[in-house]
Amino acid sequence: MSQTTSYGSKQRPSGGAELYAWIFMRLSGVVLLLLALGHLFIMHVFNSVHNIDYNFVAGRYAKLFWRGYDLAMLWLALIHGLNGLRVVLDDALKGPVRDVAVRALYVIGIAFLALGTYVIIVFKPVAGAVM
Amino acid sequence: MSMYRGGVGQWSWMLHRVTGIGVLLFLFTHILDTALVALGPELYNKVIALYRLPLFGLGEIGLFAAVLYHSLNGIRICVIDFWPASTRWHKQMFYAVMFLFLLVFIPVGWIMLDHALHGGGA
Repeated sequence: MSQTTSYGSKQRPSGGAELYAWIFMRLSGVVLLLLALGHLFIMHVFNSVHNIDYNFVAGRYAKLFWRGYDLAMLWLALIHGLNGLRVVLDDALKGPVRDVAVRALYVIGIAFLALGTYVIIVFKPVAGAVM
Repeated sequence: MSMYRGGVGQWSWMLHRVTGIGVLLFLFTHILDTALVALGPELYNKVIALYRLPLFGLGEIGLFAAVLYHSLNGIRICVIDFWPASTRWHKQMFYAVMFLFLLVFIPVGWIMLDHALHGGGA
């Protein structure tokens, strides 16, 4: 989903990509309302950082459901946030500065998406962790 | 950021951006801290314990407020997008967003403050 041109002008793709981005923001937003607020209630109302630790995560990730929940939340939240910041950068910056900033944003975004996905999928509790 | 007329539309828009950027910055941090589970219990527990400091507890309350506002205002945006005639009541809709925000935030903020100060939880 490249939004940049090589000649430095602030040229948005007409129709297509922008329209899909617009639709994605609304659909992902509604789903995230449930996922992110659900996550916050589970972690900070029914639990708290005082009882969340390695064993808590290990017990949670023993169930495939929570890995799927976190994976869906990671992808939707990060892409929603990256595209949101991309729109802010489009408003605030012009020309080559904007292009460099947006490209950097995509590189950082892909790196974080890969890291988060990797950890959620391959995490395996060390032997002896209490569950 | 440019100013327009300073009405509720201006403020709701600006709050939406500020809360969105704030939540994204926290998300980057949160992906990094959670990634530490892959390196075993010792490091993860040590780093996660930082979140138990009261200062971070207050930060979490701010995070909840940001996500809650962004969610409720996002619904208002969707309503306006898919039902343009509703712009006639756009001010009332913003007040409804703020009312719902307080309705949820006051009890949850109270519970989170209790956790932050007294180390509560399940």
